[in-house]
Amino acid sequence: MTSLLAFDWFLVLEKLILIAVVIFGSLGVALYTTFAERKVAGLLQDRPGPNRAGPFGLLQPFADGLKLVFKEEIIPNTSNKTLFILGPGLAMTAALMTSAVVPWGKAVEIGDRVVSLQIADVNIGMLYIFAILSLGVYGIMIGGWASNNKFSLMAALRGASQAISYELAMGISLIALVMVTGSLSLREMVEHQMAEGNLWNVAYQPLGFLIFLICAFAECNRAPFDLPEAENELNFGYHQEYSSMKLGFFLFAEYVNMFMSSVIMSTMYFGGYDVPFLDESTLSTNVAALVGIVALMTKVVAFIFFFMWVRWTIPRFRYDQLMQLGWKKLVPLALANMIITGAVILWLQGK
Amino acid sequence: MQALTQRAKQVNRKPMTFMESLYLPSIFKGMGITFSHIFKKNPTIHYPEQQRPFSPVFRGLHVLNRDEEGRERCTACGLCAVACPAEAITMEAAERLPGEEHLYREEKYAAKYEINMLRCIFCGLCEEACPKDAIYLSETFAPASFARKTFIYGKPDLLIPDKNKDPEGYAKAKGLAN
Ligand code: SF4
Ligand code: SF4
Repeated sequence: MTSLLAFDWFLVLEKLILIAVVIFGSLGVALYTTFAERKVAGLLQDRPGPNRAGPFGLLQPFADGLKLVFKEEIIPNTSNKTLFILGPGLAMTAALMTSAVVPWGKAVEIGDRVVSLQIADVNIGMLYIFAILSLGVYGIMIGGWASNNKFSLMAALRGASQAISYELAMGISLIALVMVTGSLSLREMVEHQMAEGNLWNVAYQPLGFLIFLICAFAECNRAPFDLPEAENELNFGYHQEYSSMKLGFFLFAEYVNMFMSSVIMSTMYFGGYDVPFLDESTLSTNVAALVGIVALMTKVVAFIFFFMWVRWTIPRFRYDQLMQLGWKKLVPLALANMIITGAVILWLQGK
Repeated sequence: MQALTQRAKQVNRKPMTFMESLYLPSIFKGMGITFSHIFKKNPTIHYPEQQRPFSPVFRGLHVLNRDEEGRERCTACGLCAVACPAEAITMEAAERLPGEEHLYREEKYAAKYEINMLRCIFCGLCEEACPKDAIYLSETFAPASFARKTFIYGKPDLLIPDKNKDPEGYAKAKGLAN
């Protein structure tokens, strides 16, 4: 009994609240990312974008969601029902799970408790993210396979091979990043970038960042790497047989993925919640946390805009181009980047 | 190889250089182009609120005209129906009875006059055929609808409101309201 009482129940409570806030926050951001995507597409193509539902079309995502919910739910009778339902669920879960190790800010003070703004500060945060990112492709694979449709199957296979190819280059570029920061924990990575005299990681790893960025596009199945849903050759790709909210989950998971990738890139390469030329330690804890969150979100929004900008600029790669780019260009570049980084670090130590 | 037409262009099949095969320079160029479009003027006309101005010779929805005293001009001669290449017009004639002179100008009038707007190609031949200047194509167009039968416009829809009694409706039917 005493051991139960001694257990820090507030910790559980604060983590639960944090998890709820992060998950619903991510979903909310993803919801409005769908809207922003269409607005940005409109901007780039000289048209206004959705502007009918509510002021400036702000209610459009809800209208879309409502439409999806009210669509008829069709499960093909030749499909594997369990896996068919598992697919979109898995895609969504994997997309949301990444948020667990992201430091959203330093900490807030409630009463005399200091609450960390990170769900779990695991010391192998980066490995965790890497593992979850590769889980994401299971949603596509299982969904496409369970549909029992050759186009979906082909899309699923494409998705899987694409993810495997680009994960390699991504992993190698991350190794170089770890060499620079000397830690796998995202929290320490941000602290390292915030520390006096240190620049953001992108300054030390420009090539690594570029490779990571390209791979992030591929991992999110965003254009120009959206081969799993290539409409012109695969009808609709892996979600061809899906309807109603299950389709919604697939589409939505893509936006959550995009948000999470932006968060991760901001954290790893752009200083996370760090504001340049501002010494956060002079501010009180809560103000610093607020400033940090705003800074992180600004970077994230910039990245999301970048994602969209690219999508509405370049056409989709051909499959052989995708594989060539992955294996013949990015992997060697990432390897060279790793070796050079290692050599420079050794040289600096030797001096 | 002999080019087949003047516009034929030889496809460049030179293998890509390393820089080209990274795609980045051309991607950045493309992104510059799309970004510049953010600042371009948006040519969209927000339809129900804004309307494109039509030229005075625009051929839109038909109106059946009235004369100065507000009497219907159409005498149900059927020339418009004959001229119509889409066979969109049908009508039934009736004889004017004594005491109806203030309603109809001629002694024969159209009791029923229907235009099927889904068949009509808005060519304006009916307007040209009419000897009585009774049918005109206005500067409005048929609004969208969900049911096919709502596109068969009868006399109440086509007949222009009396200029003297309802000037507003008259302007609207002619498409001069906005
Ligand atoms: S505009 Fe042409 S198609 Fe239409 S009713 Fe007149 S004659 Fe027929
Ligand atoms: S509209 Fe003109 S052409 Fe047609 S029936 Fe009437 S008078 Fe004749």
